[in-house]
Amino acid sequence: MARFETPHPLMGRRALLKAIVAGAGLAAVPGLAACGGSDKGSATDTVSFGNNLSDQVPKDAITAVLQAFEKESSLKVAINTKQHEQYQEQINNYLQGRPDDVLAWFAGYRMRFFAGKGLTGDLSDVWSKVGGGYASALKEASTGSDGKQYLIPFTQYPWGVFYRKSIWQQRGYEVPKTLDQLVALATKMKSDGLVPIAFAQKQGWPGMGTFDQLNFRINGYQFHVDLMAGKEDWQSPKVKEVFDTWKRLLPFHQENALGREWQEAAQSLGQGKSGMYLLGSFVAQQFKGPDLDDLDFFPFPEINPAHGQDTVEAPIDGYMMARKPANEAGAKKLLEYLATPAAQAAYLKTDPTSIATVSNADTSGYNAIQKKAAQVIKDAKHITQFLDRDTDPRFASDAATNGLNAFIQNPNDIDSILKGMADQAKTIFTG
Amino acid sequence: MTAVQDKASGQADPGGTAATSPPPYRRTRRATALPSGDKLVLGLMLGIPSLVHVLFVWVPALGSIALSFSSWDGIGGFEDIEWVGFQNYVDIFTRYPRFWPALQHNLIWLVFLLVLPTVAGLLLAVLLDRQLRFGRLYQSALYLPMVLSLALVGFIWQLIYQPEQGLLNNLLGTADDHPTNWLGDPDINLYAVLVAAAWRHTGYVMLLYLAGLKSVDPALKEAAALDGASAFQTFTRVTFPVLKPVNIVVLVVTVIEALRAFDIVYVVNKGRNGLELLSVLVTDNIIGESSRIGWGSALAVVLLLISLGFIITYLFQVFRKEERA
Repeated sequence: MARFETPHPLMGRRALLKAIVAGAGLAAVPGLAACGGSDKGSATDTVSFGNNLSDQVPKDAITAVLQAFEKESSLKVAINTKQHEQYQEQINNYLQGRPDDVLAWFAGYRMRFFAGKGLTGDLSDVWSKVGGGYASALKEASTGSDGKQYLIPFTQYPWGVFYRKSIWQQRGYEVPKTLDQLVALATKMKSDGLVPIAFAQKQGWPGMGTFDQLNFRINGYQFHVDLMAGKEDWQSPKVKEVFDTWKRLLPFHQENALGREWQEAAQSLGQGKSGMYLLGSFVAQQFKGPDLDDLDFFPFPEINPAHGQDTVEAPIDGYMMARKPANEAGAKKLLEYLATPAAQAAYLKTDPTSIATVSNADTSGYNAIQKKAAQVIKDAKHITQFLDRDTDPRFASDAATNGLNAFIQNPNDIDSILKGMADQAKTIFTG
Repeated sequence: MTAVQDKASGQADPGGTAATSPPPYRRTRRATALPSGDKLVLGLMLGIPSLVHVLFVWVPALGSIALSFSSWDGIGGFEDIEWVGFQNYVDIFTRYPRFWPALQHNLIWLVFLLVLPTVAGLLLAVLLDRQLRFGRLYQSALYLPMVLSLALVGFIWQLIYQPEQGLLNNLLGTADDHPTNWLGDPDINLYAVLVAAAWRHTGYVMLLYLAGLKSVDPALKEAAALDGASAFQTFTRVTFPVLKPVNIVVLVVTVIEALRAFDIVYVVNKGRNGLELLSVLVTDNIIGESSRIGWGSALAVVLLLISLGFIITYLFQVFRKEERA
């Protein structure tokens, strides 16, 4: 044991100790840096911007908008882009760390949840300036439970049934107005050798769109709101009817949906293998040039005459402010700018698959899809966000996604699947 | 180890050497006494790793266990945590439709990995040990998947399994007419993914056995041959028993591999629809917009208990053997 003594032990040990401390310090740095956003030292002339638009087209579009803002305001914008789905998964930690001054998010329940926890900044004074440009439904969707506004709406896109005009003309198909007409049309498409309804559920959320359409067409807007808020029972006959109707339509859907991504389903529509596709208007991102001009859509057909086609699913994307922004004045200035028709038009020029949210936006540059989207949203009596944006994320990400997947796989198991969803809703919405 | 144990048993003996002859005992103590400088060094060398271990292994593990009795969304401080007792466990066992399938899949994963890659790896190792021509080439080719991360393996095999454009359906000629949905059909996707995982794991097992085979004394085989044993008999009676320590390494490696399985299913479909694993459920519940920290922790504790079962069994085996030795 005594052999452990070395000639200059202390020197060696100290050096070692220093190295350990330095090493631990270095190891800790990237971990800490990852917690917050970008570094904001003296930031009176810079606004940091948390961007979730990671795909090339929308990313270029938002960059162009921010550059225009820089020119106009003499402020600099530091863009901090994260991969779209990762951004959503990390939002909880991101908001509790050092988030960017202005950050991307969605309207509805998901906005209210974080606003209610005090994790985002009050934008009531910005709204008092820009509010005149927005319809009341948009203001409502941007308002937290305490009556204050926490979001600046930027763009919006409706869900509908998309199809190719040329193929429909050639085959003599007509837009169905009721569920029975839809079934008749789908039957005809099947006998013509087409897959009537393209379908993809690999990402877990597209099927929620189908559920929503059926639910508010059958049970109406208010039931959708109450069910999403956990006030209605998933085992009720009303929900069962939604799934029974879906089961009737399922044989017309593209097979193997659980192994397919929405982009692939959109391509089968583009190639003329499928007759129609129920999705958000972002489906147009998969169509280019003449194919894009050939694309058209209609709102989901009526099922219950009491509700008609009064509801449209049209999620709103927008921007929030950090609860303690490093540059509050600059952040509010940027948010005010994002509420202008010019900023939204600049964005939509590069990404023409959604529409502006301000009512006086310049729509002269809209393509046919955008024009129709704007009209459909304007005509709607009620606007919903989307299943995963209208309910508690804990319910949406696990119970709802897996429940719908299980139904698509085994449509005959409706009762046990609904029991599973109802049980989980009880554990989530009560505590 | 044995020396320490002997000493320990000596001290424990009440009427033994310690009581009857204190002087030699004290002398031993003095001999191990260290100058204070060395004590400091030893203290640091033991203390820092212990501290790191406690801080990064025990504190989080105990923290998880504590949090598993709570309902918490991860926002705010300790005062926002609501304690719910065993409610999470009760709910998970009785009301969570994904739990039992996940547990079952974890066990299938374990059994499958223990059987297929182990047998295949052993077979390949024995073949390669026979000094085939281009043996090194085969060896490298078979080991190559091991250098890839399991997530990357997932990406590669998706190209093979894709229904319409994938390699497998096109080779089978089923791509155009009702292709098999290898990764989308919950009845078969677990096994499809397991084949991909086994593809990677086999190379690892093969290499371990190959190393073991190289260390088998050729004289043993020679002696068996002289006794008139066939090649098969030589393998089962002589070579395989010598490989026993390697078997234990393979077993441990495989159990670890099976319990930590996560990345490949997460890449394929986020561990949904037939690919549920406990690790996926933990991740799904803890990471995300509004996390269910308590619920996810309870799932993690279940996974911990299963792991502990294997670890304790393994340690028992090892220590019993050492005692016998």
